[in-house]
Amino acid sequence: MSDIKELISGICPGATFTEGETLLVTVEEKDWYPLAKALKETKGLEFDVLSALIGMDWKESLGVMYYLTSTSRGWEMISVKVAVADRENPMIHSVSDLWKVALFQEREVYDFYGIKFINHPDMRRFFLRNDWVGYPLRKDYDTNPALNPLRMTDEENEDDTVSYVEQPDGKIKEVPGKVFEESDYVVNIGPQHPSTHGVMRFRASVDGETVKKVDVVSGYIHRGIEKLSENLTYPQILHFTDRMDYMSAHQNRHCLCMCIEKAMGLEIPRRAQVIRVMMDELMRISSHLLAFGCTAMDLGATTAFFYGFREREMILDIFERTCGARMSMNYNVIGGVIADLHPDFVKDVKHLIEIMPDRLKEYHKVFSGNIIAKNRLKKVGMLPKEDAINYDITGPSGRGSNWSCDCRKVHPYSIYPELDFEEVLLDGCDSYARYMVRMKEIEQSCRILAQLVDNIPEGDIRAQVPKVVKLPVGHWYQQVEASRGTFGVYIESDGGKNPYRVHFQSPCFNLVGVMDLTCRGNMIADLITIGAALDFVIPDIDR
Amino acid sequence: MFNFGTWTSEFNNFLMGFLPDWLTVVVECVIIAVLVLLTYTVLALFYILYERKLCAWFQCRLGPMRVGRWGLLQVFADMFKILLKELISLKDTDRFLFKLAPYIVITSSVVMLACLPWGNGLQIIDYNIGIFFILAVSSVGVLGILLAGWASNNKYTLIGAMRSGAQMISYEISLGLAIMTIIVLAGTMNINSLVWEQDSAWFIFRGHIPAIIAFLIYIVAATAETNRGPFDLPEAEHELVAGYHTEYSGIHFGFFYLAEYLNLFIVSGIASLMFLGGWMPLHIPGWEGFNNVMNWIPSIVWFIGKSFFVSYLIIWFKWTFPRVRIDQMLAFEWKYLMPLSLANLVLMAVCVALGWHF
Amino acid sequence: MDVKIKSMKHEDFKDNEYIDKLVEELNATGANVMVGKLDQLINWGISNSLWPLTFGTSCCAIEFMSLGAARYDMARFGFEVARNSPRQADYIMVQGTIVYRMAPVLRRLYEQLAEPKYVIACGGCAVSGGPFKNSYCVVKGVDEILPVDVYIPGCPPRPEAFFYGLMQLQRKIKVQKFFGGVNRKEKIEEFFAEHPEEKGRIG
Repeated sequence: MSDIKELISGICPGATFTEGETLLVTVEEKDWYPLAKALKETKGLEFDVLSALIGMDWKESLGVMYYLTSTSRGWEMISVKVAVADRENPMIHSVSDLWKVALFQEREVYDFYGIKFINHPDMRRFFLRNDWVGYPLRKDYDTNPALNPLRMTDEENEDDTVSYVEQPDGKIKEVPGKVFEESDYVVNIGPQHPSTHGVMRFRASVDGETVKKVDVVSGYIHRGIEKLSENLTYPQILHFTDRMDYMSAHQNRHCLCMCIEKAMGLEIPRRAQVIRVMMDELMRISSHLLAFGCTAMDLGATTAFFYGFREREMILDIFERTCGARMSMNYNVIGGVIADLHPDFVKDVKHLIEIMPDRLKEYHKVFSGNIIAKNRLKKVGMLPKEDAINYDITGPSGRGSNWSCDCRKVHPYSIYPELDFEEVLLDGCDSYARYMVRMKEIEQSCRILAQLVDNIPEGDIRAQVPKVVKLPVGHWYQQVEASRGTFGVYIESDGGKNPYRVHFQSPCFNLVGVMDLTCRGNMIADLITIGAALDFVIPDIDR
Repeated sequence: MFNFGTWTSEFNNFLMGFLPDWLTVVVECVIIAVLVLLTYTVLALFYILYERKLCAWFQCRLGPMRVGRWGLLQVFADMFKILLKELISLKDTDRFLFKLAPYIVITSSVVMLACLPWGNGLQIIDYNIGIFFILAVSSVGVLGILLAGWASNNKYTLIGAMRSGAQMISYEISLGLAIMTIIVLAGTMNINSLVWEQDSAWFIFRGHIPAIIAFLIYIVAATAETNRGPFDLPEAEHELVAGYHTEYSGIHFGFFYLAEYLNLFIVSGIASLMFLGGWMPLHIPGWEGFNNVMNWIPSIVWFIGKSFFVSYLIIWFKWTFPRVRIDQMLAFEWKYLMPLSLANLVLMAVCVALGWHF
Repeated sequence: MDVKIKSMKHEDFKDNEYIDKLVEELNATGANVMVGKLDQLINWGISNSLWPLTFGTSCCAIEFMSLGAARYDMARFGFEVARNSPRQADYIMVQGTIVYRMAPVLRRLYEQLAEPKYVIACGGCAVSGGPFKNSYCVVKGVDEILPVDVYIPGCPPRPEAFFYGLMQLQRKIKVQKFFGGVNRKEKIEEFFAEHPEEKGRIG
């Protein structure tokens, strides 16, 4: 830790350090880009992953919190705070050329806070309509509905973009641009399309059937969860996590609860920990089964989809008995879980573990063992390891590129360190590898469940939690391994019962960021399979 | 074997008895037209239900159950609804071609239907180049699909239509070569003679290895010809929304939908004609008793039964296999299937020349 | 004339008064026997062959997939032919939150549906905005932009609730009149009367 301080002070003497959960480095905007470059490239630092990029409004200033991770330093994490006082025309240097993941994340910050990123190639709004007035997550945002009425007209000038380029003399010049050339044959896929897994929209310029460029247009299910959370108390914001990535509902909620518990300094009873982990793993199986089904269906093998759903229904039954709902379970609460396990839980889980290996073989026979499926998936959507790291592609998709990024291993949380399971790694870097990682992860999840199902300790399911949950002043960042990758929650508190800022760092957001990279040069039909194998959930992207 | 020809000729004589010649022809034509259209509708409706039920069973489901007993009336409900759906006319499209396209598709499949040998003496058109005629007419359907895709002024339909064109033209070659292989064996293109040639045994048995290879090639090519999975690229639901008929609504869509199912029947019918004996009952040389029992089953049942069996195969792999990609599909045809069919044709010719067949 | 839905008793529907009143009104005006019978036949056809448009924005869409899957199997009712092209679908089931950016798209999809067309609002978000109704960009119920026929509450609704809602739609269809009487064209004119600015755009 101390060597980081020395190295950073050497590069940027003006930086100040605050010890905390992670080391917080505060730098001036003018020092930020050189520091970022140094952090990424200096030997001994090599912060190669930009884990989170969080726009902030500290009232007197606007700014960005960066969470950087260094895989070579044992996944050590530091945070960097960059603030600018200018509220009229805030500008920060873009780091999208260092960490490609920032390409979309900076657009999100621009959308929410109006912070313009210098040298970012494509500074459009990301979630909101391009005729939106104001920046909704700013604290002084005018909520007057007359400013932003429900517009029933289409957005105009969709192709227009702008970038703010720094000139050699230090002046910033506004350079307008176009997303697609006039001569491009642009095929619009979505928002209502059977294979975008929700309301995603891709605009793909094609040459014959070969994709030349993909433009991701998001925000068709952007519900403003982060803004809503700022006006609710901590227990009230929990339910949003179930409705973001509804296929990782338990994990996401686990993450948010852990973040709040960490801030409160709350000790969770062992029984609750075990139940939470079991639920997480069941959720992972159910999610991967759905992913299997959808991949198969997007490839036209409809029958396999039904087989996947058959087993998924069994898991939903387990959830329903214990949690009371098939989806949106709302099971984790601050301090533990909301209800005790159903008496049949152990029996049901054992049955599931017992049948899964056979069913996985059946899936392989029905779908992935088929030569057509193999030809459709192999060597399609190549994502080399360096790109996976640069775009922060975690979860099964990252591990399909042979990047060891399982949060359960690298940032162990809850009772995962005690458990015996393997991180599935494949080096195919293609859609098939991503698909196979999922199938193998089902086996590993079953293995975790088998270790726990007979060892659920007796005890409380919930810790004592004060009636009104208040967090001390400060900020916290917590990550878990959700079904699709590393899910992060950032909470900044001003000491009140409402959070000052909540940010959800969703894995799918990064997944959709590589669509352009992976689809180029492939065919339109591959665009669908690449999307299916990346397996993003749209409400998780849009939040 | 009962010859339906006696019925038809008696009916003809009956009409001739009190009508002038030209009127007889007119009346007969009208009756046949009505019969063909009726058969067409009933068969297509049956096929829709057949496929929905079969796919449900493959997928551990029940399929239509509530409308009528075992869901038998389901397709009639669908038909009423589709007849009454609004026909949407689109801005900026080629109105004439847009409306013409579904009729081209359906006409080509009706004409093919008329050529099939339904039973002993139950055949409407019987040319000396019958099978050649069927192949020619089946290619006209592609035109309808291309027009539909072009006239809709939609990028998805256009891509669907182009795929369809590429696919059909490619696979027509293998289809034709597979049929040619059998023609080499049969020595005739006349449909009626083709069936009678199989009196001793069906072609698939008579031609043994080359005939079986031809059958397999035919099934693959026919699946591609009818745009069914794994070759359903022109309508590839998960890529192109609904492919070439994305913009069609109401009965115009209904025509595409019916033609799709009926083409399935027709290719199965041709398969049963070329390989499985058409309406000819299962005859095993030497087993006279067995052959006589088989002859008791009406020829029309044989034909329809065989066609349903072949359709079952095609439906089976539609619901099992994933979809191939356009380049893979074309590579498969031009690199593997067509050379194989050519080699198979030579093999058959050798077999016939040397008399190595039954 | 009573509305019969197979395997669902009249008493089992929880809001019988609404449809009963509608039936009474229709009976009072009376109908030609021929036309009446024809109407019944048509309504039987339409109500038993409801093809949905695949349209889901969030969680409810996954439950809709469960509805199609083996356990619930909506194919039993003939609802399974989900069309991806709005031209060929009969009803749009709005599954999930509709936000400001999506609203014009959804309206266009509705306009693209061929008559007769119906709308079902599924789940809290589509009914009223649900948990997100205080958000800056969420439409507070799709009835703000579309004429909704049936509401299915829940977050997300259970598959059984979907079936109940679909049967309610069947009942509603069974009392409509194709020839004269209740005609959905009127609804569009009413809509234009309320939103004159849309007239030129939709045309």
